[in-house]
Amino acid sequence: MAEKILMIALSPTMKTGLISKWEKKEGEKVESGDLLCQVETDKATMDYESIQEGTLLKILVHEGEQARIGSPIAIIGEGGEDISDLLSDIETDMEGITDDGKIGPEEDTTSSISITETGEESSGDRVIASPLARRMAQQQGIDLSLIKGSGPRGRIIKRDILEAVARLEKSNLGMPKTTSQILPTSSDEVIQVSTKRRIIAERLAESKYSAPHYYLRLKVLSDNFMEARKLLNITLNKKVSVNAFIVKFVAEAIKRHPIMNSTWQGETILRHASIDIGLAVAQNDGLITPVVRDCGNKGIIEIDRELKELIDKALNNQLTPSEYSGATFTISNLGSYGIEEFTAIINPPGSAILAIGKMGKEPTIVDGDKIEIRTLMTLTLSCDHRVIDGAVGAAFLKDLKDIMENPIRVLY
Amino acid sequence: MPIITYRDALREAMDEEMARDENVILLGEEVAEYNGAYKVSQGLWDKYGSGRVIDTPITEEGFTGVGIGAAMAGLRPIVEWMTVNFSIMALDQVINNAAKMRYMSGGQFNVPIVFRGPNGPAEYLAAQHSQALQTLFVHIPGLKVVAPATPYDAKGLLKSAIRDDNPVIFLEGELMYQWKGEVPDGEYLIPIGKADIKREGEDVTIVTYSKPLRVVEEAAAELAKRGIEAEIVDLRSLRPLDEETIYRSVKKTNRCVVVDESWPMVSVASHVGWMVSRNCFDDLDAPVELVTSEDVPMPYNHRLELAVQPSVEKVIKAVQKVMYLV
Repeated sequence: MAEKILMIALSPTMKTGLISKWEKKEGEKVESGDLLCQVETDKATMDYESIQEGTLLKILVHEGEQARIGSPIAIIGEGGEDISDLLSDIETDMEGITDDGKIGPEEDTTSSISITETGEESSGDRVIASPLARRMAQQQGIDLSLIKGSGPRGRIIKRDILEAVARLEKSNLGMPKTTSQILPTSSDEVIQVSTKRRIIAERLAESKYSAPHYYLRLKVLSDNFMEARKLLNITLNKKVSVNAFIVKFVAEAIKRHPIMNSTWQGETILRHASIDIGLAVAQNDGLITPVVRDCGNKGIIEIDRELKELIDKALNNQLTPSEYSGATFTISNLGSYGIEEFTAIINPPGSAILAIGKMGKEPTIVDGDKIEIRTLMTLTLSCDHRVIDGAVGAAFLKDLKDIMENPIRVLY
Repeated sequence: MPIITYRDALREAMDEEMARDENVILLGEEVAEYNGAYKVSQGLWDKYGSGRVIDTPITEEGFTGVGIGAAMAGLRPIVEWMTVNFSIMALDQVINNAAKMRYMSGGQFNVPIVFRGPNGPAEYLAAQHSQALQTLFVHIPGLKVVAPATPYDAKGLLKSAIRDDNPVIFLEGELMYQWKGEVPDGEYLIPIGKADIKREGEDVTIVTYSKPLRVVEEAAAELAKRGIEAEIVDLRSLRPLDEETIYRSVKKTNRCVVVDESWPMVSVASHVGWMVSRNCFDDLDAPVELVTSEDVPMPYNHRLELAVQPSVEKVIKAVQKVMYLV
């Protein structure tokens, strides 16, 4: 009996998947657990392993094409089976699919990404707006669902948009004018925004505009910690990355200030038991933060091994959602680019991010009035003030500095 | 600039065109010796004689058909209908012959003719003699239809209508004949198919034509006192219709009211309303409102007679509605 193979959710935020490669051909046998195809989701390329068995009778969604979660991508059954009924069923089904692509239950579990869509199935939630108001809102980058309409039946009209624009300009809060349209000239290039780019944009904009950021900065003497690393490298006869050290030091400092490892939830603050540290990794087409879980209970060597694996996967677009989501604290290191110092945008659900500048030799005043050449590094901590007050962030950063300058401090 | 009546403007147009082209003739009931039922043709019989200004029997279908035949034979007749109410008798000639002859003869016959007369509600004339019938003509491909509201527009458009090689329905108004306005000395033409902005404004577009223009102008003056600047688009021509001018105005004001003294169903007003909804969709802040005659035959009772027609109050109310003020 032939049956449909459906697109499944291969990442928590995925709404559609792009089939980048079919690993099975039409007519080929498929066993349960066989790799069926590669699916490009919003974040990574995922393997789709078959849970069905039989012969792949027809591919419905070809390489390079997209399918929404729950919609059929292929038909599987016994060789030579008549699938015309199934095909006509599928055609009918496709006609019934609404534009917002809602089929079956939503599996959107990450609350930090909320994409507002209009035209949901419940007509009570439909935004009523005059055509002009819709056009104006689009031009101004205003979300209509946030505006209360003053027309009949709550219709949003021109004056409501004008008032909203005036309010936004006055308060300087809320929606930025992100979508102001400029007509391209002939030499300009229009770049289509990829799913990944859109999610990066939405997440970071939401973080920057909803979390009140403040920044703390200090310099860390790094000679001792580099010395410790040198010793470890000699012992292991391999290189342990500076980032692995920093991850471990941060985890130790967080243990002393657990509020740093929290999430703002409006009515409550969630203090996470596990210290899950993300490290921002640049990719060709964006960035991703692979996460090392439970760093408080892992040693530097283990952290280093995991980091290397994760970074490798990140560079090859192979991270699974569980490997890149849910960092409770994030580190971003631009030192290798020679950046002295910078401020980073907090990566939700975390409430703080540490920006690491380059490590370099500088004349430094030590022991009273003596000037010596020392290795220094600038750390900039961005905190969400809703969760972490200034003094708390400062105490954390001071302890982190102490630990980095005297790694033996990890012991007490 | 001289100020003359709408009636005189029409006569000047006919007089100038008859003097310019000997093929232009005028025929209709009482147009010659009696100088016209509404005195529009005053003096023309004296000047051009019975060969060119011709009294006809009281038989609309007959003399309308005679006019069409004369046009096919090379003359440029002006057929006066005493009122457009009586033209219903002649609709077969207008719709089946005048409108279609050029098409059906493959262009061998032109029908350069003007049918003119008073249209629309007057006063105390009741259901059969007081009705706005433009929709019947605007509906028909092959006809041109104009309905000027000022002496200036009337003269310029009538001259263009007489010179046009197609049948033109020229709609006047009994109550408009006395209206006065500036009309320059000397010849000028107003092209058929061009609307005119009678008043500029930023807040709302009021599209109208013919007699309701005065009602709309009065409403606009009242609205201005309340801080609302209405833009008045006078269509002047109903077919062809100057869509571009309407859209340009609506795109500026984002709101549109159409005022038409005809009935609402399948009317010029409903057609303009649809076109604006379709072509200015993303510019509209409110649905288009229509102010038309009520959907009933004209009552004889004077109070009711006034109540069924577009009024200043009705126009103001419609404007307030599209501006979300009521």
